[in-house]
Amino acid sequence: MRIILLALSCLLSQPALAANYSTLVPQQSSVTFVSTQMGVPVEGEFRKFNATITLDPDHPERGTARINIDLASIDTGNQEANEEVVKPLWFDAAAHPVASFTSTAVKPLGQGRYAAFGKLTIKGKTLDTQAVFNIEKQPGQLLLPGSFKLKRLDYAIGSGIWSDTSAVADEVQIRFRFVVAKP
Amino acid sequence: MPNRYTHTAISLHWLIALLIFAAFPLGVYMHDLPLSPDKLRLYSYHKWIGVTIFMLAIIRLVWRATHRPPPLPANMPKWERFAAESVHHLLYALLFLIPLSGWLMSSAKGFQTVWFGVLPLPDLLGKNKELGDLLQKVHELLNFSLLGLVLGHAGAALKHHFIRHDTILERMLPFLRRNS
Repeated sequence: MRIILLALSCLLSQPALAANYSTLVPQQSSVTFVSTQMGVPVEGEFRKFNATITLDPDHPERGTARINIDLASIDTGNQEANEEVVKPLWFDAAAHPVASFTSTAVKPLGQGRYAAFGKLTIKGKTLDTQAVFNIEKQPGQLLLPGSFKLKRLDYAIGSGIWSDTSAVADEVQIRFRFVVAKP
Repeated sequence: MPNRYTHTAISLHWLIALLIFAAFPLGVYMHDLPLSPDKLRLYSYHKWIGVTIFMLAIIRLVWRATHRPPPLPANMPKWERFAAESVHHLLYALLFLIPLSGWLMSSAKGFQTVWFGVLPLPDLLGKNKELGDLLQKVHELLNFSLLGLVLGHAGAALKHHFIRHDTILERMLPFLRRNS
């Protein structure tokens, strides 16, 4: 009897384990951002990043994520700006090449939306952050689109003359789209 | 027939001229600046002036189409009439083509034009680096064509005034009316 129960519980727990999506599909994933220059929204992206995400769509609150972004891989859409933003006044990418996010909790917000709470580290500074994302089921994979806003001056991104927020706004929207498959 | 442009035509002519005299050197100057908040600011001002010129040019064209300009002096040689008309047509064309090329260039470079930071102009082109660089060349080329035409235009006006002693220049001036 005990053996049957054990076997049964193993069987039951099997689908839960199998429901975990954890393999990033880099070709379909992206990290982009929208800054505001002279009141005009301007899009850019980070071409290199890696994300270690584990998510069970039946239990999203158990999900975890660790995302590393290679700051020097930034593409602002403008060569001059690409060269500028890796400098010490901005990311100081030579000293702090990676921005990272580590989740601490995931909470449902209703209507298929979730909040990922975590620590965001940029330029040696770590702050609490909260990103909102959706879970979209696709055959064999999950699509996780979401976004959050950060204030660049909180991390001293664009200090000195660039702390003038009338030219480049303080608030920057980060948009991500991670696709994870079953291992 | 009054031998003078209307007040509206004169005002539009000089207002657009003034804006071009601001936008042209600004464009040349800002281009070579190292990236800074001021550079972003100057680019925006340049675009705002360009959009303003574009809008004034529309009004001006409508006005020109509905108001016949004063006739040229009867003793003007044929080739001069032809040259004057050609230059005027080209100048009109550039009043539209230059702002338009700047607008398209901005869109192709992924930086939308928002007039005075308030009125967004639609992006007629998607982001495309090669196209953006090409349009930049076109914008520069059109501007240096404009510079040449404006020099010819102003030179001809001055020649009419100081050498020919006719009323060609005066009829476009808001002041300086010679008693003749």
